Amino acid sequence: MSASHERKNTQVKSTTCYMCACRCGINVTLQDGEVRYIEGNPDHPLNKGVICAKGSSGIMKQYSPARLTQPLRRKAGSERGAGEYEAITWDETFSIIEDRLRNIRETDPKKFALFTGRDQMQALTGLFAKHFGTPNYAAHGGFCSVNMAAGMIYTIGGSFWEFGGPDLERAKLFIMIGTAEDHHSNPLKIEMAHFKRNGGKFISINPVRTGYSAIADEWVPIRPGTDGALFMALNHVIVKEGLFDRDFLIKYTNSAELVNNDEAHDDYGLFVRTTEDRRESCIDPQNKVWWDRTSGEPVSSQNRNADPYLFGEYDVDGTKVKTAFQLLADRLESYTPEWASEITGIPADTITRLAHEMGVTARDQKIELPIAWTDAWGEEHDSVTGNPVAFHAMRGLAAHSNGFHSIRNMTILMTLLGTIDRPGGFRHKAPFPRPIPPCPKPPKGPDDVQPNTELNGMPLGFPASPDDLFVDDQGEPVRLDKGFSWEHPLSAHGLMHNAITNAWRGNPHSIDTLLLFMANMAWNSSMNTSEVRNMLVDKNEDGEYKIPFIIVCDAFQSETVEFADIVLPDTTYLERHDVMSMLDRPISEYDGPVDSVRVPILPPTGECKPFQEVIIELGSRLGLKPFVTEEGKRKYRDYPDFIINHETAPGSGIGFLAGWRGKSGEKSMKGEPNPNQWEMYANNNCVYQHKLPPSYQYMRNWNEGYLEWAQHHGLTRFSDPIQIHLYSEIFMEFRRAAQGKRAGKQPPEHLRDRVETYFDPLPMYHEPLEVEMTNRREYPLSAITQRPMAMYHSWDSQNAWLRQIHAHNFLHMHPSVGNEHGFKDGDWVWVESMHGKVRCICQFSEAVEPGTVWTWNAIGKASGAWGLEKEANESNKGFLLNHLIAEELPCRTREGTISNSDPVTGQAGWYDVRVKVYKAEDDEPEMTSPSFDTAPRKPGMMAYPKGPMAYRSGSGFFKGLLKKVSAKTTGSK
Amino acid sequence: MTQLALIIDLNVCVGCSACVTSCKEWNTSGEAGPMTDFNAFGKDPTGTFFNRVQTFEVGEYPDTETIHFPKSCLHCEEPPCVPVCPTGASYKRAEDGIVLVDYDKCVGCKYCSWACPYGAREIDESQKVMKKCTLCVDRIYDTSLPEDRRKPACVLACPTSARIFGDVHDENSEASRLIREEGGYQLMPEWGTKPANHYLPRKKQKINLESNDLKRVDNPLKGENFTKPGADDATLEDASWI
Repeated sequence: MSASHERKNTQVKSTTCYMCACRCGINVTLQDGEVRYIEGNPDHPLNKGVICAKGSSGIMKQYSPARLTQPLRRKAGSERGAGEYEAITWDETFSIIEDRLRNIRETDPKKFALFTGRDQMQALTGLFAKHFGTPNYAAHGGFCSVNMAAGMIYTIGGSFWEFGGPDLERAKLFIMIGTAEDHHSNPLKIEMAHFKRNGGKFISINPVRTGYSAIADEWVPIRPGTDGALFMALNHVIVKEGLFDRDFLIKYTNSAELVNNDEAHDDYGLFVRTTEDRRESCIDPQNKVWWDRTSGEPVSSQNRNADPYLFGEYDVDGTKVKTAFQLLADRLESYTPEWASEITGIPADTITRLAHEMGVTARDQKIELPIAWTDAWGEEHDSVTGNPVAFHAMRGLAAHSNGFHSIRNMTILMTLLGTIDRPGGFRHKAPFPRPIPPCPKPPKGPDDVQPNTELNGMPLGFPASPDDLFVDDQGEPVRLDKGFSWEHPLSAHGLMHNAITNAWRGNPHSIDTLLLFMANMAWNSSMNTSEVRNMLVDKNEDGEYKIPFIIVCDAFQSETVEFADIVLPDTTYLERHDVMSMLDRPISEYDGPVDSVRVPILPPTGECKPFQEVIIELGSRLGLKPFVTEEGKRKYRDYPDFIINHETAPGSGIGFLAGWRGKSGEKSMKGEPNPNQWEMYANNNCVYQHKLPPSYQYMRNWNEGYLEWAQHHGLTRFSDPIQIHLYSEIFMEFRRAAQGKRAGKQPPEHLRDRVETYFDPLPMYHEPLEVEMTNRREYPLSAITQRPMAMYHSWDSQNAWLRQIHAHNFLHMHPSVGNEHGFKDGDWVWVESMHGKVRCICQFSEAVEPGTVWTWNAIGKASGAWGLEKEANESNKGFLLNHLIAEELPCRTREGTISNSDPVTGQAGWYDVRVKVYKAEDDEPEMTSPSFDTAPRKPGMMAYPKGPMAYRSGSGFFKGLLKKVSAKTTGSK
Repeated sequence: MTQLALIIDLNVCVGCSACVTSCKEWNTSGEAGPMTDFNAFGKDPTGTFFNRVQTFEVGEYPDTETIHFPKSCLHCEEPPCVPVCPTGASYKRAEDGIVLVDYDKCVGCKYCSWACPYGAREIDESQKVMKKCTLCVDRIYDTSLPEDRRKPACVLACPTSARIFGDVHDENSEASRLIREEGGYQLMPEWGTKPANHYLPRKKQKINLESNDLKRVDNPLKGENFTKPGADDATLEDASWI
């Protein structure tokens, strides 16, 4: 072989990856119009040149046989679910949808429901829904990690992943708990390697030791769903032994503030407030009171010369009060390591040692950065202090019906250790921190939904009090998914996992049209999958489908496409414009805001159209305000034109992109539209990075300079300090409503106890709801999923290279499970919950807590989906755990069903299911069950030739396959 | 004499398979390609990879280690695959120590794969030639690439920088330093193959706490006991004669 390689007809273009939600910068080399190579962009702040297994396999996604290339209509006379389709033109497609939606909007806009998957364009889809006038909109967050978002945002005003994370550059101790291998991907891998090489100690707390946990210095196995108990006990030790950061707690949290502790008093459980010092803010006025230890008197908490007690019980004008911290200490008193040990399975002395390691590292390895800054009360500081203990957590904590409080407990631990927005601890990413809670609010009642009218409120928001709930006069939900109702008051991301079941049942209401974008609701994104598939084809007595019209937009033949009446073929990430916007989930770094774009590297395949263009087109046709001129004429040529020129309000200077604003790109964050903005992004690695001065990079909840900068640049509405809610008065207000002690909106009688119980202003632990209702003798094991690093959701079974890494999944378990039930490693077994059973292959492992069985998520597929052949492993040996998990709790009350979700946020309780495992009979087929009829191929899908497949860029083979397909289906090209 | 090699740091490898597919992506359209796949969308898909990650467990619960172990041609200094080759297709380059296969001479007899104790060679069932890691020889000398990108694809891709590329005969190279200072070792040295690739072992960090770490004068619980004496409380002032 010769050493030098002459590359002909090649060109390199930068864009942003979309093989997962991580959004790394990539450089794509094309050879004769085909993808030669995709590599990490060394000049990109997120991934700094590296790339993962998925990103490196983008070629095989681009040329996947699962690609949809034509708009499709279910054939007249064919049954939904039979998979019979005909290609139609975009003109026909748009007029069918336009007519339908116009009619809905003129009569009852909530009959249109729009739910989207891991799409990263919520700022646009949410805008469309709001102006259409439907509240029935959400993305995947409600069944993903809303507990993570809400648990942290309602405590510290920020959260993990897009909005914040562990500062592993400076941390000395890193605790990762409940994190699978894809949250977050490359940036976390980069930082973990640095951390390990710098000699820090990495502790992984997880029922399973895979991926990241493999390189932990210590693995602490824990029973699923018990994380909150562990945190209660850690907090118990930290408080009891004085390992907390007293100074931090007093200055930057509500710990020392006095709470009314007189049970007979109207204000019991609320902060004592002064009438003075009331600073303007949207929700959290700081006119509260400390007990000053110099004067022995109450004093305003805004008097920064005072020296308050952290503990204590006092008397203010004859009313008994306690500091919030005293209430916390009282609460934690009985939650000992011994108590937690029984629940978590972690030895008590290990829990105590972990607390000591955290507390002592935070206290004795302090970091002082010589960075001067000024706090929100005007005090100047010479340096920034860091307590170098960092945490990271994700769905392992979040996806339980007790996840909200687990995460609030963890956030309180991080706070006790004094690690919030400090070096070596947790760091925010713009646009966070935001007020607790952030200002956007959902609509308040049925009257906020009117024909031909924009929704009065945001489809998704953050209730700050019971009066912000979206309920009718009886306290019943208005949203299809029952979001922001008393059942799940703080459901900031909606409850997509209940949308289909509720629409099918017609409770709280039926719908006409369901538009799903990139959401695989007929498979891995739904609980109770088999039944949900039946609901999608179920009919009323009059022969009409219970969900009359379903539109599915996807680039690939997912299981959900099978149930569509209309299929919209989306483009791949290499074929479109896209924005990672500050209005949505940007890619900010700890040192300042970052947003980015995708630009097309390749022309669209066949008749593929980016979903954004569909939204712009429909918005224009329906005359929705953001998309038309005052005269009602179409305002934007296309999506790129919209991105450049759309402003959040006329002249606001705030748009989807923060970089290169102003007429010639001289401004950032705010500024008038710049006609050359896309080119400027394209010429700058498709990314805009704003580095804050060092004095604005830390302590941002209380950093005067940062807060004023953020306000001035439109990131936040207020510049008030964001005090940490160690004690949650917001929760107390919900509890008071449930107790009938508060005027305003009242919960329905049957939910009063529930709201009172779970709206505890202090950290609490409760078992996951379904576990409480399960016979644990019958179902002794927990069943959970993990996410493999080489695949993202269901996206990659269509990928010829990645499916060779995970062609089918196993049920992993400790050998003792097999020994007890008489089966061997590799046997076919049944795994059964009280909701259903699945046949699969077991694999023994010593790297799993013995009371837990687990599998990789979303590798099992329905037969024929994702362009796979009938014989593919994914649908024969692979399996989907979702068949065992119900979307509703197994208790039907007089008032109906209740979602299998967190009672605070509506987060889907994926990991609460309990199971038993037993050997399949010898005469049973060696095949997964349940299984489904093979989905037929759709018009416009590429037929790969049988036999060996060898990819060589520039050969034209793959381009040829695609061309052949589009010629055949359109008959004209 | 130069001996190029990979140093693989098991202390940070999380088993993400970035090296597996970035290798395939570069090489299938490169000089060592194509890298053929069979049953790409059907039953039991297989294909040619130059690099695979094996994951295995060591020890018993709860003292279990999960090891991710990336494996590719080790570019032995005494490669057993070379002398067994009947056509001279399998050879070791004098200038940089890379072991390569000349596809034009290879007859697909598989002697080399039987001779290799590491299982690092893969026959391309479609072309009927033996294929293996080339250390991206068509990248690393390519002067049209920026200098810092003249590295094997797997090294550039690796998110934890667990793969270090360099000359293990050059004492001053990063690769040699890591072998020296981080306990780099070879696989199955008893075979006398002298693999050029080395592995760096797992390391464990511990926090050693002493009992007086928990008994400190600055314990904030002590600070809480502060109470200001009242004006009527007894002081020295009440009993002093001066």
